[in-house]
Formats: sequence, structure tokens, C-alpha cells
Amino acid sequence: MDPLILSRIQFGANISFHILFPSITIALGWVLLFFKLRYNATGDSAWMRAYFTWVKVFALSFAMGVVSGVTMSFQFGTNWPGYMEKVGNIAGPLLAYEILTAFFLEAAFLGIMLFGFRRVSNRIHTLATVLVAGGTTVSAFWIIVLNSWMQTPAGFEMRDGVAHAVDWWAIVFNPSMPYRLVHMLLASGLTVSFLIAGLSALRYLYGDRSESMWKALRTGVFTAAILIPIQIFAGDQHGLNTLEHQPQKIAAMEANWNTGPNVPLVLFALPDEAAKENKFELAIPDGASLILRHSSSGVVPGLNDYPGNHPPVFPVFWSFRIMVGTGILMLIVSWSAAFFLKRHHSLPKPLALLMVPMALSGWLATLAGWYTTEIGRQPWLVTGVLKTADAVGPVAGSHVALTLAIYLVLYVLLLIAYLGVLVHLALKAAKDGDASPLPGVMNAALSQPAAGE
Amino acid sequence: MTYDWPTLLPLIFAGLMGLAILIYVILDGFDLGIGILFSVAEDAEQDTMIAAIGPFWDANETWLVLAVGLLLVAFPLAHGTILTALYIPVFLLLLGLILRGVAFDFRAKVPAGKKHRWNRIFLIGSVIASLAQGYMLGVYVLGLDVGFGGIAFGALVALCLAAAYAAMGAAWLIYKTEGELQKKAVRWLRTALVLAALGMAAVSLATPFASPRIFDKWFVWPEMLYLSPLPILSAVLFAWLWRQTFHLPKPDDRGALTPFLTLAAIFALGFAGLAWSFYPFVVPDRLTIWQAASAPESLAIILAGTVVVLPIIIFYSFYAYRVFGGKATDLTYD
Repeated sequence: MDPLILSRIQFGANISFHILFPSITIALGWVLLFFKLRYNATGDSAWMRAYFTWVKVFALSFAMGVVSGVTMSFQFGTNWPGYMEKVGNIAGPLLAYEILTAFFLEAAFLGIMLFGFRRVSNRIHTLATVLVAGGTTVSAFWIIVLNSWMQTPAGFEMRDGVAHAVDWWAIVFNPSMPYRLVHMLLASGLTVSFLIAGLSALRYLYGDRSESMWKALRTGVFTAAILIPIQIFAGDQHGLNTLEHQPQKIAAMEANWNTGPNVPLVLFALPDEAAKENKFELAIPDGASLILRHSSSGVVPGLNDYPGNHPPVFPVFWSFRIMVGTGILMLIVSWSAAFFLKRHHSLPKPLALLMVPMALSGWLATLAGWYTTEIGRQPWLVTGVLKTADAVGPVAGSHVALTLAIYLVLYVLLLIAYLGVLVHLALKAAKDGDASPLPGVMNAALSQPAAGE
Repeated sequence: MTYDWPTLLPLIFAGLMGLAILIYVILDGFDLGIGILFSVAEDAEQDTMIAAIGPFWDANETWLVLAVGLLLVAFPLAHGTILTALYIPVFLLLLGLILRGVAFDFRAKVPAGKKHRWNRIFLIGSVIASLAQGYMLGVYVLGLDVGFGGIAFGALVALCLAAAYAAMGAAWLIYKTEGELQKKAVRWLRTALVLAALGMAAVSLATPFASPRIFDKWFVWPEMLYLSPLPILSAVLFAWLWRQTFHLPKPDDRGALTPFLTLAAIFALGFAGLAWSFYPFVVPDRLTIWQAASAPESLAIILAGTVVVLPIIIFYSFYAYRVFGGKATDLTYD
């Protein structure tokens, strides 16, 4: 097979596997801080139990994120040497700042956050939690800056075929960066809140009514219910930004073949790129014009304006619909759960059963969203500057195919093991309930505050 | 040679990258080594061994990300050339690092019956990662030669680096443990030390003969004189450490950190020798650091950040090591 498509699949597989874990750690760090601060304020040990259950998930997710991230820093060189040769002057400093300002901070204080509860004062331990959570967020900032610059490059000039930085402010705050950053941080918040709500619902179904279960369940459900409408609004703004800067991506997302007014909103279709039409189309008249231009006669860009220069339609169209569909389901589930928790202080069994698989809804929506935006950037690697096909390295297709196969097997096995551990931790917490040991408090360590202090 | 920024910046970054690689090899060396030593340790000892590295391994591995990151951002041309030439060993290194990195966490969280499986994965991952690093070093020394001779030499260096890491791991255990395990670690150190010394001698002998350019650099007067402290000092340190292993552990645990520091010094000497041999090339005999470097304005903006942040990183890394100083106790999430 062609090394280009194999390298693309390999990088896609690696980055898809990788993003699963940062999308958990970015927000989970802040949730852990919330648990910790509630414990500091109330002295209620149930908060600390919730902390200890979820800090294990954090540690595991962090390790998975680190090792899969190391893989990617090597793959820039092994598979895409053309990328750094062409835009290394821009991408290099952004990656360097991510390593310097985020990676070391997270890694150094993670040890203290995980194992240092009895070795440092409670205040230092809280500070370590803040620094780790902050580190994950700063890391997200830099990598989103780089990704957004690849989508909507700014602040550079080409000299002898190589990009040179002219204005770093314009590079960092490129047109799509603020929208993408907000969208991703909210996505992380939703991923974590549904994960917490889902695993707590599993404990609920196993008859666990302990205080720590309730605290985690409420935190997950209410956070999700608050974040989802904000995310829908932020996503809409992000879409309008894409319409302005990458109209060909919007045309592919909507499977709109011809530029014009009164463009319908296609709910279902099988886009056929060869025939340039949609099969089995189900659409709302004028819908796309209304959403994108706020007028039924608004002109929406079509794929006919970008012959040979637009992304593949089928995957972009469908991954966008999977993302939006998952988002709507998240809205329904989180608001119903919030309603029952507020009104009845309980969950109906069918809803709890639905919430368990929804624990992974954040992953699904995040992946679908990234596929939309990344495949939607094709055929460019850096819009208007570097084509994906021109960046691939001179590695034999057989090498790429072999390593890809091993990576895929490894990732599937690791995912099974990871999910197995999550369920195991939830069931163990359900079995222990409020009787689980609380080592730091129990042992009355040197600097550990007594309850209520 | 004029000392203007376009000349100096690549030089500074070559130095920073060398520093990052050296710190990585020393720090991740001991935790990879402890993974290798899992092969000869008993179940009960393995928990203590993990506790001796648990809070550190993550930060240790970040130095590899920094080293590769600096290669990527400061010498983009070299990054592509080296990593495409080493495609399969890089893949094996990553495979090893993934396996051992996740095994660290899984072994502590899975039901008790499955712990054994993750211990074995931790061992296998550590061995693969160490061998892959050694193989890459060997092939790199020979100028990215992947003919039969290159592969054979790479395999030799792979075994020796694994032994050197095992020695580092044993030295770290002497510092972090006590009692029976500490005594065992002294015996492990003695065995690994022999293999490591042999390996270092082999690499030193092979390097000048692999490249006429390096041969000329080593065996001319008076450079030979300036260079001679490196092998002599290394040999003295090896011999001294070997003698020490017959007296360790000492009463009241004096000098428990000395073996580790001695090994770190030997690593630094060997590294200095390599750096001297390859300067000014970043891809042996093909690309110099100036030919491979990024634009000066991009290097300048990275340097500005590095100068501010690197001392802070080193400061809080020391702090983290201090928090977990002393003998290792069982790790708990508290």
C-alpha cells in the first residue's frame, strides 16, 4: 500500500488514541482540585474518598497520555519530515514552549499530587494539584495554538520555500485559535463529567448509596448539564469562524455541492463524490442558510467553488453529524438526570442504565469533532502552505504497514485494559462504600488537617 | 570563526540538547535499569523497587521529550534524517516505553491476580526500550550505517547499554532501599558493572575506526593529550566502584548515594567523549549543526523561554526529589 495513506492512518490512529487521555486529564485535574477544596472547606471525608477514587483514574489516564504523546513527538520525524522542514520555524518554538512550560510542571508535581499527601503540608499538596491541573491546561493551550495555526496560518512569510515567523502575537492568536481552544476545553469538561456521572451511575446500579458516590454523581451530572448548552453555543461560534476562514470545510460538512442561497440542512445522506450529489437525502429546507447566515436566502459556499481543493466529503459530513448527534443526546441525558437528582434525589433505573454507556460519549464526540476539523483541512497539512502528500517521509510502505498493525493491536489491548480498570475501580468503590479506608486521615499524619479544620 | 548570533545559537542549542540527553540517560537510566532488574527480583521485592521510582519516572521521561523536542525544533533537518533512518528501532523504543509506562500504573490498579502479568510487561518494556536506545546509539556512531556490520555493532552496544542501565538501577536501589534487597542490589551492581565497562571500552575502540574523520581527531598530537583524561578517569572510576562493591552497604548506610553518583560521572565522561568525536556534526559526516539548524529568530525566541524556564524546572525537580528523599516505603495514593 501507499506509504502516504498508511502514514496518515498511522498518525491518525496514534493521535486518536492519544487525545482520549488528555481529554480526561485536562478537566479531571480541576475536578480533583474541586474535591480537594470542598474537603478543605467542609472537612467531610466523603469528598476525600471521591478524590482518592478519581485520582487513580487521573494517574492511569496521565500515564497513557504521556506514553502516547512521546510516540507522537517521534512520529513528526519518522513519518512527516517535510512538516518540520517547511514550517519548523513556527511549529518548533510552539512545541518547545509546550514542553518547557507544561510537561515538566505536570510531571514533577504529579508525583507529589499522587504520593505526597503525607510527605508535604496540605497546602503544598493543594498547590501541587493546582500546578498539575494548570500544566495540563497550558499544554492544551500550546498544542491548540499549533493546530489552529495549521488550520488558519497567520503572522509568517515564506522565504526560499520555508516559513519564517514575522509576528508571534499573530501566530499565537491566529483567527481560529480562541474558538478551537474554548471548544476543546469544554469538550474535556464534558468528557470528564460524563465519565464521572456514568461510573457513579454504575455504582448506583450496584446499590451503592454512599456519600462519596452521591458527591461524585452530583458533580458529574450538574457539571455536564451546565457545560453542554455552553458547548453548543461555542460550537456554533466555532462553525461560523470556520465559514469565514475555511469555507471549503463547511461545504464538506454540509455536503453542499453548489454555492447558492436557500441551502437545506441535510440530516441524512450518502454523499457521492464521483457523481457530486447526495443519495437518500433527508433535509430541512433552507436550514443551512438559516444556521450559517441567519437568513433563508443566505448564500452558503458549495464544493463546486473548490475543485480538487476540498476535503473528502463523506467522512467530514458524517463525523460532524456524529458529533452533533452525540451532543444532543448529552443535552437530553444530563438535563433529565439533573432534573431527577434535584426533584427526587434519585435516578430512575433506565436513566442510570443509559448513563453507564454515556460515560464514553465525550470520547465519541471529541474524536468525531477532531475528525471533522482535521480531515476537513485536507488536502492541506498547513492550509495553503504545505500539502499532506508533500510532507511524508521516504520510509518503505511495508515498514509503515508493519508498525501500524502492531500499534493497532497494542492500542486495542490497552483500551480494553484501561476500561477494565475503570469498571474495576468503580465496582470496588461501590463495594467499599463509605467504609473504604482513608489512609491520610486515618494515620493522622504530620501535617494532615483534622476533619473540619 | 566569528561569534555572531547565527553562529552561536546552533552551538548553544547543540549544548542544550546534549545536556537534555545526558540528564535523560542518567535519570531514566536508573528507572529503566530497575525494570531490567525485575528479571532477577522476587515478587515481594518488586513492590519496593517500584516504590523507589514511582514518583520520578514521569519527570525522568520528560527529559527524553525535551531532547527529541530540541532536535525537532532546533535541527529540523537532522530530526527527519536520523529518525527516518532509524524507523524500526525508534518504533521498538516507543513500544517499550508505552508498555512499561502503562504497566507502572496498571500493576497497582488491576485485581491482585493480574498484577503478575503487568510486572512481566514492565520488565519486557524496559528491556526493549533499553536495547533499542543502545542499538540506535551504535548505528548512529557508525554514521547511520545499517549494513551487516552496523547491525552487529548496534546489537553489541544495545546489550552494553542495557547492562549500564541495570548498573544504574542497582546503584539507585542501594540508595533507596535497605536490608536484604540492598545487599542484593550490591551484587547486581557488581555483575552489571563488568558488562557496562566492557561495552564502554568496545564503543570507544570502535568509534575511531568507524570513521576516518574521528580517527584523525583522536590520534593527533596534542589533541590526544587533551582527550586522554576521559578514558583514564573513566577506567579509574570503574575500578574504584568495583572495589567499593565489596564494602557496601556500609554501617549506618554511609555513602549509599556514591555508587549512583559515580556511575553518573562515568556516563558524563563517556558522553563528553562522544560529543567531542562528533562535533560539529549532528548527522555524522553529513550535516553540521549549522546546516541543520532552524532560523536564528526562531531559535532566539526558544532560547529566551529556555533561559527563564529551565532553571525553574531544575529547581522544582530537585524539590520533588527531596520530597521523596530517604528510603522507599510502599507507595499509597495519599
